[in-house]
This record gives sequence, C-alpha cells and structure tokens, in this order.
Amino acid sequence: MSTPAIDIHRIATLSRLKLTDAEATQYSAQLASILDYVNVLEKHDLSGVEPSAHAMPVFDVWRDDVAAPSFTSDQALANAPRKSQDQFMIGKVVE
Amino acid sequence: MSLSNETIASLRQRLSSKEITPTDIVNDLVMTIEARNPEVGSYLTVDVEAALAEAKTADVSKPLGGIPIAIKDNINVTGQPCTCGSKFLQGTYTAPYDATSIQLLREGGALPLGRLNMDEFAMGSTTENSALGVTRNPWDLSRVPGGSSGGSASCVGGHLAIAALGSDTGGSIRQPAALCGCVGLKPTYGRVSRYGLVAFASSLDQIGPITKTVEDSALLLNHLCGKDARDSTTLDVSFPDFTKGLKDGVKGLRIGLPKEYFIEGMHPGVSAAVAAATRQLESLGAELVEVSLPHTACGVATYYILAPAEASANLARFDGVRYGHRTAIQGDLLEHYMNTRAEGFGPEVKRRILLGTYVLSSGYYDAYYLKAQRARTLIRMDFEKVFEKVDLILSPTAPSPAHKLGSISKDPLKMYLEDVFTIAANLAGLPAISVPCGFAEEEGKRLPVGLHLVGRPLDEATVLRAAYAYEQSTDWHQARPE
Repeated sequence: MSTPAIDIHRIATLSRLKLTDAEATQYSAQLASILDYVNVLEKHDLSGVEPSAHAMPVFDVWRDDVAAPSFTSDQALANAPRKSQDQFMIGKVVE
Repeated sequence: MSLSNETIASLRQRLSSKEITPTDIVNDLVMTIEARNPEVGSYLTVDVEAALAEAKTADVSKPLGGIPIAIKDNINVTGQPCTCGSKFLQGTYTAPYDATSIQLLREGGALPLGRLNMDEFAMGSTTENSALGVTRNPWDLSRVPGGSSGGSASCVGGHLAIAALGSDTGGSIRQPAALCGCVGLKPTYGRVSRYGLVAFASSLDQIGPITKTVEDSALLLNHLCGKDARDSTTLDVSFPDFTKGLKDGVKGLRIGLPKEYFIEGMHPGVSAAVAAATRQLESLGAELVEVSLPHTACGVATYYILAPAEASANLARFDGVRYGHRTAIQGDLLEHYMNTRAEGFGPEVKRRILLGTYVLSSGYYDAYYLKAQRARTLIRMDFEKVFEKVDLILSPTAPSPAHKLGSISKDPLKMYLEDVFTIAANLAGLPAISVPCGFAEEEGKRLPVGLHLVGRPLDEATVLRAAYAYEQSTDWHQARPE
C-alpha cells in the first residue's frame, strides 16, 4: 500500500507531544520517508504467517498472590516534581 | 602500565595475590578519567566517593571482587543518576534501586563506577542523539564511537574503564564495540533480566558486557544471567560457567556466511578485514559454509516498525508526574503532558514515538505492526533453518568503520540502514558477539573493524568459544589507540 498522508497533528496529540509548525512539517516528511522504506515488507508473502510478539516466547509466568516488600512511600515520592501529603500532585483532572 | 589499561582477568590475579587493592584500581581509573574524559566524553558523571567507599569494603575473594564496572546511564544503580542521555531525567531523577544485573555484579564482588553517555533513551547508532554531551571515538576523536552504548564502548576501547555494561536493542552493544575496537556481547533474549534497565523496546532489549577481551566477556556474563521474578521475560534455564570451554577451539565448527550479507556499499577495509578473519577461522579448523537468510532485507524495516511501536508505549511513563522534567507552562492535564514531553525529549525520541504511535494507531495497526510481527516470525524461521546446517553465522558487525561526527546524523533513514547486520539477532532473540578483527584506513587513520558471530538460542558458549579462538590467534586485542 502506498503511504497515505500522515495526519501529524492527530498523531502528535495521541503521542502527547506538542509540536511546533516547523517540527510538524519536518517529522511529517521524515515519517513519510521511513514508512515508504518499510513498504519493502510488501514484497514478501506474509499471509498465513503467525505474528511473533517476541523472540523467545514465554507464557503465563505466575507468581503467588502474596504481598512482598516494595518501595516505601518516601522512596516512591523521592523524585516527584510535585508532591503533597504523601501523594503525587497533578493539576485538576475533574471539573 | 597504568591499571586502567588492564583486563578483568589480569587485575583479578593481581588482587588475589594482594599485589594491588581495589582502591588502587579506582584511584588509577579516576586519574585516567580526569585526564582523558574531557576529550573522549565517555562518562556523564563519576561518583568517586561512592566508588572509593565500595572499593574499601570489596571482598577480593569473590570472582569479580574489587573490579570496577562502568555503567550505561539507562541501568539503575541506587543513589546514582539515570539520565538515559536525556534532558528529561537530567538532574530530576536519582535511582532508588539497583537493577538486577547490578545486584548480580555486586554479589560477584564487582562495583559500579561511573555513568556512561548514550544516545537518548538508547535511540541511535552514534551517541550523537545524547542530549547531554558528545562522546568521541578514542581511535579518532573526530569520529563517532557508535551507539547507543557509545560511552560504554569508548571507555573500554580507550582504556578509561576496565569493562562496562551496555544495552542492545538493534545492535547497541555490538556496533559501538566494533567501532571502538573492543568486545561486545548481546546474550540470548531472556538470559539477562531487564529489571532496572529503562525500557526502550521490551521484546528486543538486552543488557550485556563490553570488554577488552572475550575472556572478560565470559567472566561478566557469569554474573548477569538468571531467571528473575521481577522480569517475566527471563528464561527459566540454567547457565554454564561461560569461562569453561573457551579454549575448546573451532575444529569442526560449521560457520555460515549468508549470501544476502554481501551487500553493495560495504567499506572495502571492512570487507578485507572480515574476509581475512574468515580465512583465519578456516585455518583454525572451522568449516565455512554458504547459507541463505532470505528475509534479510526485511530486517531493518521490521525493526523500525516494532521498536518505535514498543518505545511509544514504554516512553508513555515520562509524563512529568512521578519523576523527571515537568513543564512550567500552566494548562490542563493534556497540555501538561504535551508540553512536558515536548520540552524533555530530543528529536530522535520524538520521531520514534510519533512513528510508533502511528503504526499502532487504529487503521494502520494491521498494515504495519501486525505485518512486522509476521515478518519477525519469518526472520526467526530463517535462522532456525540455517542452524540445522551450521553452528554460527558470520558477518561484519557494521558496513563501515566509524563515521565523522555530524556526517550521517542528518538523515535518519541512512543511519537506520547501518544496523543491517546486527538487527536480526535482536528480532530472533539470538546470542551475538562483536570481536575486533582488524582495521580500515580512512584519511590516514586506523579505524577498528568488528567481526560479528551469531549463535543458536542459549548457545553463548559456542559464540564465545569461536570468538576466543579467533581473538587468541591474532593480536588485534592488544592494539591501543594513538
């Protein structure tokens, strides 16, 4: 399939990345050229091939549902840009 | 000879005989780093106090007792920065825990020393994508050290360290090792726990050693492997003592040369060095066999769909809430995320997040991501078939020696295509090594060339054995920059 036009602003919002106009133009063009290149996969018959999510498949790795030591709240909050009352602080989410 | 120039093996002998102390090694390294890091730029930070404190209490009866190991700045070491080469985490994150690989090295008696520069979030092949500094190739300071573990390879190749840890997602241990004239090993996927390694592409990332010799690589690997309850992708398999059997030689070993790897545009110095190495292995008793990996041409395309896709998910955690940079711009939650991430990430990281988000987005998932996962199966099956006939696969590590700083970083696609030889081992999860095999000449400078060997899953022993036999039959590992 030929590379469709990339809606860079939609992708940037999904990616949670604010782009300047210059960046939008530049990344749009670069993405298009990379996606054009990856169309080399079109040359191969991939129908009927199972997709691999990883190279050495390991499945259903369980552990016992038992609480184990983890970070203290001080350790977990140590790198927080903003914190209050032993919690991470963020802007208002719910109006 | 300065202690910084020595290997793990040679220092261990001198430590055991009490000829030197761990403090002597740390002091020597600190002097070397002070003298030479300003020009090579391998290290971002060095916590001398912490290292000296650990050296004082090091137990030299342990297998790695008293050996300092330099650490790529994406592997967590308690109390140390972990910038991942990014402004996002510079000055805003101190690791509250040790990665499993660091715990294992400490149990072996080693001590972490220094944080090494890298391409930002491990995305790149030259370390030029680091937001925090320039790293240069110790063999020619106007050239790149490779990437993303450029700090790791340059400090080992330039003798500003005894050994280092790196991480490899598409070649990021092996390629810089090749360009800096040292040994870089990527273990089988699942051998080494990724707990504590800042994730780039979770199905491809592996931590591994970068060392001056193959023996040192085996010594470190003994203290990195193992199933880990905190990384459910680790394999529940035992591992041998990788130093045993190193000297078994290559008689009777079958080594495959994939015909698809003899590409146009390879640097003649690289072709010549690898051809000579191939003949050398033959003279040591290996059998060289032509083989075919028909889906080789899919490798780079498959990787540059899968890795950015996984990266876009892994880097979603950098949201300015729990750690790292936080924008000062006021706004709602979405604006907070958009601005924080735009300010904190560099261009290559943004490019890959955008690309990854695109190929995973509704309407494009099947066309790109699923298709790449199918191609990945075919690539893995190519290797399975070939390993019925041979024990190892040989190629150059990189198609050319180190480029000049600034020469290819403008064209992302051109940079991506340099990964052609290393990438398949990540996609198929196979163990692979780069070992020095000579030099290519460019503008009167000798630039290292790496030989790349790939083995069957879990067969690091054969990979190491062949690399050792080759290494010991040459003196490339004794060459020094300048």
